[in-house]
This record gives sequence, C-alpha cells and structure tokens, in this order.
Amino acid sequence: MLTKRLIACLDVQNGRTVKGTNFVNLRDAGDPVALAARYAQEGIDELVLLDITATVEKRRTLIELVRNVAREVNIPFTVGGGIGAVADVEALLLSGADKVSLNSSVLREPGLIDELARRFGSQAIVVAVDARQTNDPAASPAGHDPAAEAWEVFTHGGRRPAGREAVAWCREAAARGAGEILLTSMSHDGTRDGYALGLTSAVAAAVGVPVIASGGAGAAPHFRDVLQPGGADAALAASVFHFGDLSVAGLKNYLLAEGVAMRPVG
Amino acid sequence: MDIAVIDYQGGNVQSVLFALERLGMNATLTADPAVIRAADRVLFPGEGEASSAMRALRAAGLDKVLPTLTQPFLGICLGMQLLGRHSAEGPAGGTELLGMLPFDVVRFTPPDAAHKVPHMGWNNLHDLQTPLFAGLGSLSASPSPQPDSTQGPAPALLPTAADYVYFVHSYYAPVGDYTIAQASYPASQPFSAGVRYRNFYGVQFHVEKSGPVGEQILKNFLTADLT
Repeated sequence: MLTKRLIACLDVQNGRTVKGTNFVNLRDAGDPVALAARYAQEGIDELVLLDITATVEKRRTLIELVRNVAREVNIPFTVGGGIGAVADVEALLLSGADKVSLNSSVLREPGLIDELARRFGSQAIVVAVDARQTNDPAASPAGHDPAAEAWEVFTHGGRRPAGREAVAWCREAAARGAGEILLTSMSHDGTRDGYALGLTSAVAAAVGVPVIASGGAGAAPHFRDVLQPGGADAALAASVFHFGDLSVAGLKNYLLAEGVAMRPVG
Repeated sequence: MDIAVIDYQGGNVQSVLFALERLGMNATLTADPAVIRAADRVLFPGEGEASSAMRALRAAGLDKVLPTLTQPFLGICLGMQLLGRHSAEGPAGGTELLGMLPFDVVRFTPPDAAHKVPHMGWNNLHDLQTPLFAGLGSLSASPSPQPDSTQGPAPALLPTAADYVYFVHSYYAPVGDYTIAQASYPASQPFSAGVRYRNFYGVQFHVEKSGPVGEQILKNFLTADLT
C-alpha cells in the first residue's frame, strides 16, 4: 500500500548547509550533497532543499547544487526558497529537481500556480504555506477543536501577514494546480512540541492533493500523531534528524510498530 | 553498450541520465531515429501531460519510429502510459496514444478524502513477472513455502524494503494480460505498475528515483535477457 513519507529538510545558503549537524563519519557536514546522500542511504523517503541565499548569485549556485544532488541521490527531492520566475522553475527541473516549491511568489501572483502546473505538470509544483495561529492558542488547545483555531498565512519568515486565511489559501492553491501542499506552522516551528494537528487535519480534509506537515517535530510520537489522526501524507523535519535525536531507521521502526504505513528500512 | 534516451521535450530526462551514470553507464540523449535504432537499449522517460507529450512526439516523427524498434525498450511513468491506446488525460475526450499496448489510461477516482490524487510516494510492487524484476523483494519471490499444517496457517507475507518504489501519477493503466507488475491504490485496487509487449516494457514508477530497488531494475533492464 501507499506509505506515508518522512522528509528531511536541508537549509542551504551559498551552496552550503546552514544549520550544523551532529552526523558522525560525515567528512563535511556543510556539504548538502554529502548530507543528502547520507539521508537517502539511511532510508529517508524524500528531501527538501530550502535555499535561503539572498544574493544575485543565487540562481547559478542553486542550479549547480541541484545538479550535484541529482547526480548523487537516488530518491526524489524538492527545491524551494525565493523562487518566482517561470524560467527559474524550468532551469531547476531540467537540472534534476523533481519538484519546485513556491511560496511568496504565488501569494503575490496566484495565477502563477496555474501557469506552472500547465507547463510542468502538477506533480512538479509544490505550494509552501507558512501559517501562524492568530487567535489565542490557549483558548483552543492544538488538536482539540480545529474549528476554533484561526490560522493566517505569513511571509518573510513569519513576520509579514499575507492577508489570507490558511485553509482557504491551501484550497485555492490545490484548485489552481498545486500537486502538493507543504504546510508549515510558524507557531510550532522550533518548539519541538509536536506538529500543528488541528491545522494539518483541516488542510488535509480541505484539499485533494497530498499534504506535507512541517514545524514542531521533536519526538517520534509527534510523527505518529500528525501522520495518523492528523491526516498528513508526509512529515518534514530538520533538526531532529540533523542533530541525531532521531535516526531514520529508529523512527520508521517506531512508526511501523504504531501501525503507520512506512517504507521499511533495510 | 549503446543506450539511447529519447529526447522529445517530454519532461525531466536529466534524472534518468544521472541514474545511468551512477550505474557507470553513459547514454545518448537523442531524437535521431538512426541513433535510436542502432542503440542496444532504449529508454523513454516522460513527465507532464499526455496530449502535449504526444504532440511533441509527432512533431519529431517519433510516433512512427518507436513502434518499429526491436531492442529492449523501457517507458518510464508517462513514457509507459504513452505506449497504450488512449488516455483520459488531455482536452476534450482525452488523447490518442501510440497504440503499442492494448490498454486505456484512466484517472484515479479516490473513494474518500484520505486518498489523494496524485498517487504520490513509495508503494510496494506485487505479482512481479519477467527478468526485469529479478532480485526484488519478498512478494516477488518464487512460490512461497507451503504452510506446515502442524504449525497453523503461515503468517501473511509483509512487503520488505526491496518491494518499494516511488510513484507520482494521477492516471494509470488497468491490470491486463500485458501487466508484469502490480501496485495497489487504494490498497484493494491493483493497477499496472509494469507492462510488456514483446520488447516493449514500461514502468509506471520512477525507476530513476526509487533508491536501490530502482537501481536493481535499471541494471536488470541493461543486462537481462528481455526478448
């Protein structure tokens, strides 16, 4: 049967991974290609490369990085971070990326989703949505009453409101042709207290395309909760993998034992 | 060995070239019928939408060339679907395909909100046939051992890592006589994950992105006797 996916996210800047990692036996933990290959070998199901470079050199270094990852890595990967132009999407896909993730650019110009999906196919177009809870979370504990939660879309690392309600924007993005939604809760990101279950299940129920949950992973049960009752098709994490809190194999074995469909390791 | 990868602007071919490179093989990306005919193996990748892919194939004259090939041929993803007769994908009633295999491509109809389209992710293969899938996992193994009546029924076989490959598609070919591998989505509904007619093979999954299992299948395609 179709399994749920575990996705490791690598933040890269100027062609180097930004957040440190605790991987032993990795000659250069700053080399995204080596890190990506390592994760693939350990049994991760998919990778996301998030480029946070803000220079004019960005496009060239990113394309070079994508080529190098595609050359080495035998599992699918998505590239995202400040991508807006159709020509950039084309160049990244032709360099070997399987999917391109878009965020601010499609909020500014939603019609871009339709154009990109028509041109490259929905399977290659991921819309990334950064959402923040805008009512008092204490009034509606996560996962208890999704209907009572208010979530808005933000840009610029969660600083600037986009003027969109999160579930409605995800629904529109899917209707316009997004093949997948990468849903990050800015309210949970970095807390290690678990994913945004209410938001994730609301979006998963609202769209007919796969949903990747992101933000808040700290322990194995968090993955179970967001994949099983939460309704996410995939769970993305960065630091719990990078710092070795959870091994891919250990996490997968835990999830299999908990009854979550997983591609086994080994 | 000369390997031709067919170039018809049919999506991302770079990943297929890199996958061959990881196996130590160089391939020629080409739309030249002479080069394609002379190759020992032909790979036919495809991504995107059926009607535009067929338009590109016809514009290059390849719709006439491909059915005449005699060497082992492997269509991948949309490249597999295009081998069929008709696809429901495309404007106004769908798209006429190459007609090399007798199947019609249809869209997944999810039974509930939990089943998303595209069918995206790792799914296990079952009911495998032909040497293309030699060396794959548990469920493809030759006849399972007979249950020992004194020990009660044999435990159900569960898929192992060696059965899983990566899929991304919204349309599929139903199971038929041409099917050489199945996967199921939803869990009780099998579809064609692999097809064959004579030298023409096709796989619905991304063999170039399916980890070590995909590499094994590609290696089989390059080395096994598939005629």
